[in-house]
Amino acid sequence: MSEDDFQPSGDRFPLTRRSVIERAHSIDAEERAGALEALCVAYWKPVYKYVRWRWNRPAHDAQDLTQGFFAGLLERGLLDKFDSKKSRLRTYLRVCVDSFVMNEDKAERRQKRGGAVLHVALDFAGAEEELGATVMDAARIPSPESLEQFFEKEWVRSLFALAVEDLRAFCASRERERTFHLFEAYDLEGNETISYQQMAREYGLSVVEVTNALAWARREFRRIALERLRVLSSSEEEFQREARAAFGWVAK
Amino acid sequence: MNFLSDQALKRLRDGAEMPDLAGTRYRMLERIARGGMGVVYTAEDENLGRRVALKVLDVPGTDGDLRNRLIREARVLAALEHPGIVPVHDVGTLGDGRVFYTMKFVEGNRLDKFIESVASVPDRLRIFLRICDAVAFAHARGVLHRDLKPANIMVGPFGEVLVMDWGLAKILRGEVSSTMLAADPEATVFDKPKQANIASAATEASVVTGHGTVMGTPGYMSPEQARGDVEHLDTRSDIYSLGALLRFLLTGQPEGASTPGGPRLDKSLAAICAKATEAAPAERYPDVQEMALDVSRYLDGLAVGAHRESLFEKAGRFYRRYRFFILLIAAYLAMRVLILLFMHR
Repeated sequence: MSEDDFQPSGDRFPLTRRSVIERAHSIDAEERAGALEALCVAYWKPVYKYVRWRWNRPAHDAQDLTQGFFAGLLERGLLDKFDSKKSRLRTYLRVCVDSFVMNEDKAERRQKRGGAVLHVALDFAGAEEELGATVMDAARIPSPESLEQFFEKEWVRSLFALAVEDLRAFCASRERERTFHLFEAYDLEGNETISYQQMAREYGLSVVEVTNALAWARREFRRIALERLRVLSSSEEEFQREARAAFGWVAK
Repeated sequence: MNFLSDQALKRLRDGAEMPDLAGTRYRMLERIARGGMGVVYTAEDENLGRRVALKVLDVPGTDGDLRNRLIREARVLAALEHPGIVPVHDVGTLGDGRVFYTMKFVEGNRLDKFIESVASVPDRLRIFLRICDAVAFAHARGVLHRDLKPANIMVGPFGEVLVMDWGLAKILRGEVSSTMLAADPEATVFDKPKQANIASAATEASVVTGHGTVMGTPGYMSPEQARGDVEHLDTRSDIYSLGALLRFLLTGQPEGASTPGGPRLDKSLAAICAKATEAAPAERYPDVQEMALDVSRYLDGLAVGAHRESLFEKAGRFYRRYRFFILLIAAYLAMRVLILLFMHR
């Protein structure tokens, strides 16, 4: 039996998909803009919530800061300074946000606005609603660990939400909308007491069909989330570390 | 885009982790452990109606490195048929693309938990000798374990001792059988040392780097292994780990002196531990059998090679070994003296 006999089918990543860090270093302006967009899509919400919580900034101020941070990310060459051997991209961005907020003068920020254009629609109202639903102890003085945990959790939430949207589109393209509805009902909205039998009755399916549909959806969700993560990681090592962090695959 | 609650995040994580066993002959039972590169579950082999342990990769590597390492681990296990080494049953790829292998499900306790119920030093030493048997066998087959530690030793309900987790094993060139070398596409990789990198991924307290240079567990790994000196690792690196393991069995910790209030370490046993954990490999035992022989000699009340005894220590050991006869003779002599005194009154 050769190594090829174990070639995985589902967890292979298209090697042509380059990481955002590679793309950010490209000489092609379009490629760099694409990298910024990818970073912005994945990180704007954690950054916004972080600025709101960590820096206790009002919503409109946090919105300005979030947009300013991403707009200036390439201009200031912050991604060029990133060294994957020294830290994770996620941690690096968080530290950059801290530094940005500390140094940013409001008036100066307004003058600088317009350098890079963000083509990503940022739903700040939605983020505010989510913040309201997030349990946070405002009275607690945030420790470095809790800040990292908060940022990581919001990053995972953002990553998974994007992967869920991708899965929804993938299911639609395969005409498997019902599978997505099952997944949505059981894994995203379901309560602890709902059973496969109840789901089967509700959707007029057999329990085996429900089991198979959910297994398929989870497998595809995992594949899509890991694919997104791979693109957001700067190296194989970082990808593996981030995957373990995102999915909670940590040695216990 | 919908907001994902904490509960939804948990469900997504749980669902994504669960291996997809559809199309295999296994039925998932429960998760039992997480290791350096994967998760171990119990599953039921529906063809044979028995419970097995199923190890599956968690993160897929884009370069196939993790996948190859898991396959290699399974093949190393398959080549090491010994009562002290957990047997592997099957290896393959799941529907979700992850590589898995199944092995015997060992019911019992990890060594660190098990010894809490074993107070006697001789009993602990006998367990250690069984570990030595398995490691010596692997060495004879040209395989280094490289991550010997209490968490990787299981003690079964009938006292069987099994060495687990051969994920960091190194196959020594020149000693390995042709079939194992053929099954180990990375054998040559291990002969090309890369810069040691201990900082990256710490999992289950083992320190593992991404490629080729595989470290062990602080406290149990030899200095040359900690330096990433992969090229020069040989069986004496495992002997260092065995020395740390022996010290753990006797004192509760792999390094240094015994814990306050813990058992006082006998000089001969301390010397065995010290010799096995010498910084220079040349100063250690040349092979596992030599070390096991010293431990056996201690159990038999004989002088150990690692320690030069003083006259007082020799006398003490002589007394401990022949205590019964010495006490018998002393009692006889005391009786004779009493009889003589009684007769002279």
